[in-house]
Amino acid sequence: MAGVEITGVSTVYPNGVRAVDALDLRVVDGELFALLGPSGCGKTTLLRTIAGLEVPAAGTVTIGSRDVTRLPPGRRGVAMVFQDYALFPHMTVAENIAYPLRVRRAPKARQREAASEVADGLSLSGLLDRRPGQLSGGQQQRAALGRAVAAGADVLLLDEPLSNLDARLRLEARTFLKRLQHDLALTTVFVTHDQAEALALADRIAVMESGRIRQLGTPREVFQRPADTFVANFIGSTPMNLVEATARDGHVECAGARLPGPPGLVDGTPLVVGVRPEYLAPADDGITGVVSTVENLGVSSLVTLDCPDGTPISLTVPEQHEPALGRTLTVNAAPGRLLFYDAEDGGLLDG
Amino acid sequence: MTPGWVVRRIGFYALVAVVLAFFAVPMLWLAGAPFDARPGFGLRWPEWTSANVHATLRHPFAVRSLVNSLVLCLVATAVTTAFAALAAYALSRVRIPGRDALLYVLLLLSSVVTGTAAMVPLFVLMLQLGLIDSRFGTALVIAGGMLPAAIFILKDFVDAVPRSYEESARVFGASPRQVLGHVVLPIARPGIATILVWSFVNAWGNFLLPFLLLRDVDKQPAAVLMRTLQDEGGSANLTVIPVFSLLYSIPVVLLYLVVNQRYGFRFHGGIKS
Amino acid sequence: MRAAEDRDPAGLGTARAIGFVAPALLLVGLFLVFPALWTLYIGITDYQLTGPAAAEPSVVGLDNFATALDDPLFANSLWLTALFVLGSAVVGQNVLGFALAWLLRRVRPALRRTVEGFVLLAWILPGPVVAYLWFAVLSRDGGTLGLLLGRPETAWLVEYPMVSLIVFNIWRGTAFSLLLYTSALAAVPPSHLETARLAGAGGWQTVRDVVFPHIRGHVLTNTLLISLWTANDFTPFLLTAGGPNHESEVLPVLIYRQALESGQLGYASAMSLLLLFGNLVVALVYLRLLRRRA
Repeated sequence: MAGVEITGVSTVYPNGVRAVDALDLRVVDGELFALLGPSGCGKTTLLRTIAGLEVPAAGTVTIGSRDVTRLPPGRRGVAMVFQDYALFPHMTVAENIAYPLRVRRAPKARQREAASEVADGLSLSGLLDRRPGQLSGGQQQRAALGRAVAAGADVLLLDEPLSNLDARLRLEARTFLKRLQHDLALTTVFVTHDQAEALALADRIAVMESGRIRQLGTPREVFQRPADTFVANFIGSTPMNLVEATARDGHVECAGARLPGPPGLVDGTPLVVGVRPEYLAPADDGITGVVSTVENLGVSSLVTLDCPDGTPISLTVPEQHEPALGRTLTVNAAPGRLLFYDAEDGGLLDG
Repeated sequence: MTPGWVVRRIGFYALVAVVLAFFAVPMLWLAGAPFDARPGFGLRWPEWTSANVHATLRHPFAVRSLVNSLVLCLVATAVTTAFAALAAYALSRVRIPGRDALLYVLLLLSSVVTGTAAMVPLFVLMLQLGLIDSRFGTALVIAGGMLPAAIFILKDFVDAVPRSYEESARVFGASPRQVLGHVVLPIARPGIATILVWSFVNAWGNFLLPFLLLRDVDKQPAAVLMRTLQDEGGSANLTVIPVFSLLYSIPVVLLYLVVNQRYGFRFHGGIKS
Repeated sequence: MRAAEDRDPAGLGTARAIGFVAPALLLVGLFLVFPALWTLYIGITDYQLTGPAAAEPSVVGLDNFATALDDPLFANSLWLTALFVLGSAVVGQNVLGFALAWLLRRVRPALRRTVEGFVLLAWILPGPVVAYLWFAVLSRDGGTLGLLLGRPETAWLVEYPMVSLIVFNIWRGTAFSLLLYTSALAAVPPSHLETARLAGAGGWQTVRDVVFPHIRGHVLTNTLLISLWTANDFTPFLLTAGGPNHESEVLPVLIYRQALESGQLGYASAMSLLLLFGNLVVALVYLRLLRRRA
């Protein structure tokens, strides 16, 4: 068991792109850690750098207490599940799972034994003699996980573990993955572009953009208090309302309304008010607008208001409380749910 | 079923029959003449005999030339496949400096420098190296001519193999040798089989290079002996030539049947056999 | 697309990779590149197979090229090669290959496999064998063609040498066009064909308006490749050896006879250069097409 420590790592592609840029990160022993970000943000490159498939141009990677920066992938004590699973098509499931032992020249009997042991834990026992091509997507994913588990590594790396599954299976696999990680207590780093997946699975999340970490925190922290407007935009299944505002007399003026603001701002300072649609509810005073659309989300509905200055504001309302189209509605957020961002650099203002 | 439709159908099948006859008639001779007691040039139902086969097997050069063909082909095929596989893999996976230019030149060479266009310098080269009448030397020349195309076909295959297979093996600790042996070779097997068949068929039928470079009858392959027998002419040779042609054709026909059975004749751009 | 794709997934390393490529490059360099370049040099000498110029060839500059331009045999050979390529490849194999691919689309699988089987076999059999098969068919001593047409005494290869070569090469090479057009036709979206049928288009109209625009690239590719192969084909030597009286002496045969029968290595090289140059032009056009499509 071991944690992963990344210090000042930069990974540069031959074409000069800095996919990972002077990045520091610590993954604690036994933690389930998510690297989250849009495509091209450097999250997969970072994962591959930990695996040793990319060599960093600068910085060090430490696993446990060992500096592995210059070690080849096979000697780092990591196991990895690739996005396409990379199950060898010419080998059976058993041979695939036992492959890490075959590389180490373990006896054939030991390989077979290890394969059936691992397969038991992943409910793959009946499929040991099949080839990957004969498995369903979910079974393939579990076989790939099995191979990684059989490697007996200190750190497990998963590249987009759920992206190749269809929507319904994805939920099932997510639960399975979380339980497996909990049972094994194996330090696990996974990459995803799906914020819901990161929120649901991870103990902690690093939100990445342009090769840097924008925010590091627990799912709750990242969801409730995004550190900047980029994260605010990226996290949440319904996008956060981000409204331009101006500071005045300790309040902020936005969307034709006047709301309590952060202290200590000079009058006229431009800023951005952020509030999640889930945290807005009808109230006596607050932002007022006309209901322009109502979208059914199942247990709730997403309501969009057009404010007098044209700003759209969205909020969710419980089912059967949907307002009629064209009605005027005033909404406000619970104290502490309103976030204020610097209009220039997008950073969260304390308040 | 209008009368027009019937006429069109009849016309269609007549056309197909003519085409079929065009392609089949010259070949049918190969099925009858070898076993005909009085073989001629024309197509006819044979008076069955196996005397021709015995005569051919007793011919001073027939069997020997087939052995020569086999040696020539096996060397050329083995060299082509091994060298092309190594080169295709490295070119597919590693960005060697100047790789793209190299690939472009190879692609160009594969079609520009044909044995026909380069026969004079090839002949002079082998003459000065003292390799005229060397079967091994001739096999290498044939391999050199097939290599660019072979590299291309194989590189296509390797390019289609996901890189995650090799990376995965490496993460689990496999050495480069293990990656090649456990993962790359088994997965690239259909491609390698294709190149084996392709280069064998190509080398087997190659006439010009052995004709040019092997002047000693003892060392000439079947392709050249066919020509010699044809040149000698006379009806005496009609006992030998049909059987010999058949024997010489059997390996490629068998390969063709196997390939057709196992893979179907898929189209690989630019392959000619 | 990702830059990572070029980053050596097997951990081979550049040095080992170069080691992997080296043996192939050595053979290619020795037996393709070097001969091609050497042709340039031999082409400007009076190098001969035997005699004084064999031991001590001297540079004669462009004399060989000037001689070739004045040589009626060379002009004759160019004309015959053009005829051979045009008749057997550009028109013959191309048209027959497409027609077969189109007609065989919807016949019973057994019939289709039979026809395809024979066409492919003609392509796969060794060159000297097929040459002999046609030598037999066209023979004056009771060859099959003479028997069929009731003219058993006709020496077809002597009386109609070029026509014989062209028909032979169509027979020999149609398989490639058939394969290429079959796969090209499979890629024409069925909905387009159905649209044409709904609009009431006949067979020919469908080919012209729907199929051809889709496979134009394939037609060009096919034409270039089969032309190149046909121009370099040495099999005519096995059928007619250029005769009678140079009537079927296509360029490859002329080069061979000049080099090995007359021993004029320098002169033959000069003529090879022309063939190399023609190949280069066709190959460059072909590569440009490939690149544009990619």
